[in-house]
Amino acid sequence: MIINKSEIAGLLDNLVKEYRVYAPVEKDGSIVFEAIEEGARAKLGTTSKKPAKEILFPQSEELFSYQVDSEGLRMEDKIDDTKSIAFGVRPCDAKSMMLLDNVFHNDLYEDVYYTTRRKNTIIVSVGCSEPESTCFCSSVNSGPFDTDGSDVMLTDLGEAYLAEAVTEQGKEFLLKLNLKEAGEEDKARAEEIKSRAQAGSEVDITGLKEKLDGMFDHPYWDKLHEKCLGCAACTYLCPTCHCFDIADEARDCNGCRVRNWDSCMFPLFTLHGSGHNPRTSGKERWRQRVMHKFNYFVERYNATACVGCGRCIKNCPVNMDIRQVLAEIKAQDTGSEVS
Amino acid sequence: MQNLSKVIQDTAKKLLEEKKVDLVVGFAKGSLPLRSTPYFARTVEEAGELIWNEYCENNLANYLRKREEKVAVVAKGCDVRAIVALMKENQIDREKLYIIGVPCQGMIDRGKASELVGGREILEAEINGEEVVLKGRGFEEKSSRKELLYDTCARCAYGNPVIYDELVGEEVPAKEVSFKEVEEFEALSAEERAEFLAKEMEKCIRCYACRNACPMCYCEECFVDSSRPQWISKRANSVKDNLIFQGVRVFHQLGRCADCGACERACPMGIKLSLLTRKGVKDVKEIFGYEAGLNPDDKPVLSDFSTEDPQPFLMKE
Repeated sequence: MIINKSEIAGLLDNLVKEYRVYAPVEKDGSIVFEAIEEGARAKLGTTSKKPAKEILFPQSEELFSYQVDSEGLRMEDKIDDTKSIAFGVRPCDAKSMMLLDNVFHNDLYEDVYYTTRRKNTIIVSVGCSEPESTCFCSSVNSGPFDTDGSDVMLTDLGEAYLAEAVTEQGKEFLLKLNLKEAGEEDKARAEEIKSRAQAGSEVDITGLKEKLDGMFDHPYWDKLHEKCLGCAACTYLCPTCHCFDIADEARDCNGCRVRNWDSCMFPLFTLHGSGHNPRTSGKERWRQRVMHKFNYFVERYNATACVGCGRCIKNCPVNMDIRQVLAEIKAQDTGSEVS
Repeated sequence: MQNLSKVIQDTAKKLLEEKKVDLVVGFAKGSLPLRSTPYFARTVEEAGELIWNEYCENNLANYLRKREEKVAVVAKGCDVRAIVALMKENQIDREKLYIIGVPCQGMIDRGKASELVGGREILEAEINGEEVVLKGRGFEEKSSRKELLYDTCARCAYGNPVIYDELVGEEVPAKEVSFKEVEEFEALSAEERAEFLAKEMEKCIRCYACRNACPMCYCEECFVDSSRPQWISKRANSVKDNLIFQGVRVFHQLGRCADCGACERACPMGIKLSLLTRKGVKDVKEIFGYEAGLNPDDKPVLSDFSTEDPQPFLMKE
């Protein structure tokens, strides 16, 4: 199917009538995903500063609220089942949703807040024709046109997008839009664009999981964290980081329970009620962040919890670069380990 | 700048070789264009990695608090101001610190550079004297160094370190400190100011990069992290609470803030934090004639009292 760029705003305006439509928009100098009312606001083909994960897993969300009055206790669950479309997601962000699915819906647990949103959200991605220099998606089992996690994939042909359904849901969605069929020439052009698109940088993660298996006590961690400020720019802007904290907010007998993103880079993250903290310094925190993404997650879900979007690289206040960290880990001598 | 890097390397090597220090904190080449990265050199070989350029934007005083070992630091004007302020608060032992002072002409703002090229990705940057050349896929844009400076750097009057053990490079010409942007902000109506702040605070993601990048923010428990009592909501989407966070941070910095702008540079969301911190700096200067971190021998202004102190803030119509 083909969507002319000039028709995008109108198409989104129509979708807004039926769905909540999230799209990347420019807001005070940054690109962020927002539920839009006007299709013309969407800035497709951009990569948002904050990852699209917040559509399914908002930074702060009320799980339930309660009120106590003369009639007794009233509780209200805040499960959001609004039919939604995320339009203009990057393939790395779509891929991250597949990874998050493992965490929020597995044999042991289903997170109803996440999964309800997930089930009710159609993901329309825009492939990356020109990935940035900090992108390394191709090195972490993905790529600039990876369809994993997307329902529809759009390829930028210049004045139009080629729209291809990835899932059944995507197919139905595209049928509803009554778009023109794509000609052979358009399809061939899209294929050429896809084959030309290359992630800007590379990281070799072959054997990384096994290497990390034997590195928990390795001296490499002793110095790695030294310049890290211990802020959460890397984790909050990471599409796969998913740790959260739950807080109660109450006044008198009324209140709500709120879930907020949390970060393993904060000392408070592991501070016990007793005052004991098992991760006493940046050393343990950095080790945790690397291990979680490239070892524990692989162990549990057979997938690397990094999609190579490069946001942590671009936004670190002290220029810590995960690509360098991974390369250094690969180069470490681990004695019996074969690197 | 190449020469300056070499001088810094040689100085650092000598200090390490002669065992005058155990560690040199400075900058090394960053992994991205327009970036240098804090670097910790413990060996002569590592000292060879030290550099100096217009991208050394972090305040290294942040790494010097409560150090056990003898440390040398490559410090520009604002780093030294923070060092002086931290010395007064017994966070830095001057006896154990060797300051390699570097006069600073200001650091280059990556955000401004990105704006100049319309948000396209900068793949290479060159500085030839006063000219900055930014290159990317299919473009090359030129600008002057001065235009690309961080606002805090452009308005800074203290590029020359106020104390040092050794000065590397030539002193920069004296400048008047400017609070132009704060004056513009003050001229707005209360409603306009509230609107502006709300818009800025809406961007906040509570990553606390600002707080953690600040050399003067070192409370063992920051009030925002306290859960008993919980002073403010942990929600990042609460504009009011975000403003309380920043507001309290600014109040806690009164008379202490070294006006380096490290908080604003660290912010991944581009919040104009220095406007708030500089309002505090300006007020303290106007009311008490005090600027933090300029004189190692005076008392911190809010730890000092004189009956002559003006008190305009106690009574206001």
